[in-house]
Amino acid sequence: MSSAGSLDSTGETRIRDLGERVGRLMKADPRSLSIIRAREIGIYGLLILCGLFSLLVTAAILFVLVSETINFFRFDDVTLSNFLGSTKWDPLLGNPKSFGIWALICGTMLVTVIAMIIALPLGLITAVYLSEYAPKRVRSTLKPVLEILAGVPTVVYGFFALMTITPILQWMHKGFDIYNATSAGIAVGILCFPTVCSLAEDALQAVPRALREAAYGLGGTRFDVSVKVVVPAALSGIISAFLLAIARAVGETMIVALAAGSLPQATIDPRDQVQTMTGFMVQMAGGDVSNYETEYYSMYAVAFTLFIITLTLTMIGNLVRRQFREAYE
Amino acid sequence: MSERSPIDNATIRDGKSRVNLDERFKWLCIGVATFSVLILVGLLTSILVQGLPNLSWTLLTGVPEPDAKEAGIRPAIFGTLWVCSICALVTLPIGIATAILLEEYRPKNAVGRFLYSVIQLNITNLAGVPSVVYGILGLTAFVNMFGFFQADRDGGHPEIGVTYYDQFFSEGERAILVRVDNANSPPTQLTPDTAAMDVDFRPVTVVLLKPTDALPAEEDREYAILDDAEPGRINKKAWYYFSLPFGRGVLTGALTLMLVVLPVIIISAQESLRAVPASLRAGALGLGATPWQVVWNVTLPSAIPGIMTGSILAMSRAIGETAPILIIAGIVYISRTPQNLMDSFTVMPLQIYNWISKPQEEFRGIAAAGIILLLGILLSFNAVAVLIRQKLQKPLS
Repeated sequence: MSSAGSLDSTGETRIRDLGERVGRLMKADPRSLSIIRAREIGIYGLLILCGLFSLLVTAAILFVLVSETINFFRFDDVTLSNFLGSTKWDPLLGNPKSFGIWALICGTMLVTVIAMIIALPLGLITAVYLSEYAPKRVRSTLKPVLEILAGVPTVVYGFFALMTITPILQWMHKGFDIYNATSAGIAVGILCFPTVCSLAEDALQAVPRALREAAYGLGGTRFDVSVKVVVPAALSGIISAFLLAIARAVGETMIVALAAGSLPQATIDPRDQVQTMTGFMVQMAGGDVSNYETEYYSMYAVAFTLFIITLTLTMIGNLVRRQFREAYE
Repeated sequence: MSERSPIDNATIRDGKSRVNLDERFKWLCIGVATFSVLILVGLLTSILVQGLPNLSWTLLTGVPEPDAKEAGIRPAIFGTLWVCSICALVTLPIGIATAILLEEYRPKNAVGRFLYSVIQLNITNLAGVPSVVYGILGLTAFVNMFGFFQADRDGGHPEIGVTYYDQFFSEGERAILVRVDNANSPPTQLTPDTAAMDVDFRPVTVVLLKPTDALPAEEDREYAILDDAEPGRINKKAWYYFSLPFGRGVLTGALTLMLVVLPVIIISAQESLRAVPASLRAGALGLGATPWQVVWNVTLPSAIPGIMTGSILAMSRAIGETAPILIIAGIVYISRTPQNLMDSFTVMPLQIYNWISKPQEEFRGIAAAGIILLLGILLSFNAVAVLIRQKLQKPLS
């Protein structure tokens, strides 16, 4: 504590009050102590219940996705080889219907790749700038800008993609569809950029000061220090940030539902319209599909695939970051 | 000549080029940073340009109409208010309690520590689950309740706070209500002693007419009904109306959003609790306080500003969240504000999405105006969070 004057309302006064109350209790009826003990146990139990709730949520997600996916594969017109081995996703009008998940995965990957081409370099460079170069004044304006960008709802980015990015793209090149993967990808990239930046900056900040000072002492410029020393030292944290951003892009829904189109096709042409896994789920939810048809259950199979992909990315990302934490503490 | 030192063989790079490189990189950084500011400016400008001309009182107070000029967002504003307040009421206690458990009640044995690491890992992974997947979970777990109450549908699913009436129309064009037991009771057969009511639930005596009877005089027609009149089934729901399964109602929306923001709240509350100096806890424990007394009197009050900031930011995420609500509610036409927990609803981002995806061009402008309202709410939330962070957070050590 800095001075006796600033004690009011801080921890020390609280502790002193508490001490007096505990003291009074000890002198009082010993039965009140057993009441306190019972209350402690009760509260602890409640807290444990709350803690277990998060496990329950995971269990519920897994249960719902697995059981409904199994229901999906029970239908006659669905086979696992078609689901995993085909690039034709035509669950609504096709005759026979085709459920080749690769068409949706392909669309998702195309959008994600475009998004990452934007988000990863921009995010990393901004992080390096914020952590190593930027004067305090710049930091204090850039940080809120990033926070606002991170807080903008995704539906707004979808609107931006459809109404601003797409017309600009079409103006630059005639070949772009009104719905296209590039426009959605750029918007998703803008969305992921603050995430990459703040996670990567955390990683850069965690690099011990001594490393930087040693590098400066050897005559390194700021570029040498940040690019050749700090970034490699923070590499696992940066990779983890990248992975989490990719997971976020894969799971992004509203932007692709608005701007990427609704034609599932396995294409690598960024001017075409594509449908992502999330886009298909939105189409199912928004349309009037009977609740008990194959295409309704295909939504669960797609959700399960999406869940597996994002979960793998997040888990690897967190694992990499944890490894990194151990190295410097 | 003496031996040549290795330094003579080494190529010494020109210092100037390295300094130049540094300078160029600095400008690249500044360019990128400016670019990110420009993106924000571009985003806001494009929305303001399209939205401001459409921002009107009608938009704020009206209901979604097929005509863009008369369309309003009031049901969606109230929907957001309902869903997010219930979401906050449910999520904050559970989230903060979980954070307290993880940070303040650290286990001492190996089994406990393993369980804790499982819960912790689980929470970090839940934070990475796409929100649309939570929508799917909400659809199965809350809307349909795994189909548990589906078989019961014929006899009416469990519900309280609702009364069903059969509605007849008298010869004098008056509505007459007769109370029935439940949604699937057989249609009422009118008899002279049927307990009939008018629309304000005042008892009335009906005059039954046979089809062969002559019509009574004009002034007596009010409660005169043909005895074979066909009723229509209507219901009146109280504000506490509750039914299972939850259906596509406000409660489902709130619980689904709870799943989305719970990991966010837990993680931010944990960070705030972790920032409380350990000496405070040690001091309180040393005075003989129980673990909960330490948490309630010392740790929690110190961490409250941080927890509040995190919670406000999490709630602003809940306000902007569209995908899970879209999955559970679908695209429906909602023209009134929710009246009870089971009432169908729409939220602001969903209404905006609805407008953007309409084929008519003029709805895009309305959507942009809606976005301005939404962003206004979110930015004021963020401003409050920043204010709390600056005003209340005093360093404790």
